[in-house]
Amino acid sequence: MRLRIYYPVLATAVLIVLLHLALAYADATYYMTQITMSAYYALVVIGLCLLMGYAGQASLGHAGFFAIGGYTAAVLTTYNLRPYADAPFVSLCRALGLTMQWKDLYGTDILSFTPWAAFGSALLLTGLIALVIGASVIRLKGHYLAMATLGFGLIVYRIALGTPVLGRADGISNVPPFHLLGSLQVNGRAPFRIQNYYLAWVVVLIAMVLALNLVHSRVGRALRSIHENEEAAHSLGVNTYRYKLAVFVLSAIFAAMGGALLTHYSGSIGPAEATVMKSVRYVAIVAVGGMANLWGAMVMGILLNFLSLRGVFGSFDDTVFGAILIMMMIFAPQGLLRVPRLRALGSLVSRRSHA
Amino acid sequence: MDKALLSTRNLHRSFGGVHAVKDVSFHVPTGAIKAVIGPNGAGKTTLFNLIAGTLTPHQGQVIFRGQPITGHKPHAVAALGIARTFQTTKLFPHMTVLENVMMGRHTRTRSGFLAGMFNAPWTWREQRQTEAKARAILEELGLTAHTNETACNLPFGRQRLVEFARALATEPSLLLLDEPAAGLNIYETQQLSQLILKIRDTGITCLVVEHDMSLVMNISDEVVVLDQGHKIAEGPPAAIQRNPEVIRVYLGDEHA
Repeated sequence: MRLRIYYPVLATAVLIVLLHLALAYADATYYMTQITMSAYYALVVIGLCLLMGYAGQASLGHAGFFAIGGYTAAVLTTYNLRPYADAPFVSLCRALGLTMQWKDLYGTDILSFTPWAAFGSALLLTGLIALVIGASVIRLKGHYLAMATLGFGLIVYRIALGTPVLGRADGISNVPPFHLLGSLQVNGRAPFRIQNYYLAWVVVLIAMVLALNLVHSRVGRALRSIHENEEAAHSLGVNTYRYKLAVFVLSAIFAAMGGALLTHYSGSIGPAEATVMKSVRYVAIVAVGGMANLWGAMVMGILLNFLSLRGVFGSFDDTVFGAILIMMMIFAPQGLLRVPRLRALGSLVSRRSHA
Repeated sequence: MDKALLSTRNLHRSFGGVHAVKDVSFHVPTGAIKAVIGPNGAGKTTLFNLIAGTLTPHQGQVIFRGQPITGHKPHAVAALGIARTFQTTKLFPHMTVLENVMMGRHTRTRSGFLAGMFNAPWTWREQRQTEAKARAILEELGLTAHTNETACNLPFGRQRLVEFARALATEPSLLLLDEPAAGLNIYETQQLSQLILKIRDTGITCLVVEHDMSLVMNISDEVVVLDQGHKIAEGPPAAIQRNPEVIRVYLGDEHA
């Protein structure tokens, strides 16, 4: 039932293959690297779209969650545990197979956590932090919530910039590839380019299917009802506080997933990923994608990040995203699809019935 | 009075120095239509919000089915089977009429975040039942033609009806109606009276806060009159109409 919502997923899958063929034909497969990176950024946007577009709760702190995910993965897979190899906790982790031995670029022997263990920890830690932050700020409305999450984003940025173990301004480099299964790995080197192009798209499409399922479910309806009229939703039995908190945590976990995977892919992460301008960028992308429009958010997430990574906006990168946000707030605060003239156009691509 | 579905005991709420509701006690008998009337600022809507959980009383108790529900949050009150409508209709404006009514099934359904994200097969049947129930209620209220319309595009009278449908979809045992006739014309008000009587006849107890005297006198079994936060009279409509205190409050001293 409701198979209709999956048709665009299949269409996208076909387009992904066609794009690969086109890039191969044009001898431009190096574009795939930026597409792969954009796909991981798109995970943040998909999660933020659930939070902002559907539940109507603003967040200017999602770069913070992305960074927490990325830094956790980076620290746990690069921090050398050799000096503590016999400590009880480390011994236990070794016995459980949560650690691995490898050599870094300089040939140093490193004992660190496995990327799987780091990935799990990254999602768990981000979820917990989002739960604690969310529990205290999610009752705030409108721009108060935006300001509180902005404050959170600033704190994460300053912590990343000031903590020695996080590499201060240099960030963390030399992050090993993420071996998923057999020869399948999140790895940014050229030989793995095509594999990673598909891998990232599969992750994005899985995230899209989960998000689409959610917005078409009972919970999705409740989230939209909170956006539309919180008091009425509450009176109908929706535990508005718990729902808002849950979707806040969920969107933070999506962001952490993007952060952790991108960190393994690029082999490094730096404080630039935690800046407020990154958060503004994600919000701008959700807005320009049509707010309560997952496909719009995903497509814009990949397209705009790709253009940015290709350097199309030059040194005006942040300016472009700031300008997009200003324009959206002035001319189409409900998203492009709510602009009457564009709505007809929008109805050609997506049917807005959620029943 | 153990036949009372809902009772308030010495309910009190003030805003700053103003006692909006002061020492109000009354019972709503099971299966009855009870009305709360009073001039503007009498504390009717405050009283309502105290029962529905939107406001917390400073003193006193709200008792539903013999259990205190004082200070319960609105969602918890709704889960017990108390539904409400609002003085200014509060639909979900950009959702369809069907989706609005489906929202009324929230407390009667279960699927959570994980079941939703993974599209668990057992949620499909729940979704189908939710939709079927919503459609049945729309048909009962003669709204079938509007099923797929966006709620905010409906005329005002219809929006109010959709709000009724949404409240009924929760299958409440007590329905709180906050000025249901506000903004309706005489014809629509008459239709509304019939609807409220019909709802009562299906076994749903109704508590109506109302300004429109004709509506109240025609349909209610019992009336409570509030003035400046105090309960000044309670009884069947005919007795209330003759009560000199009520006449004084409504029409001024010279008529009493």
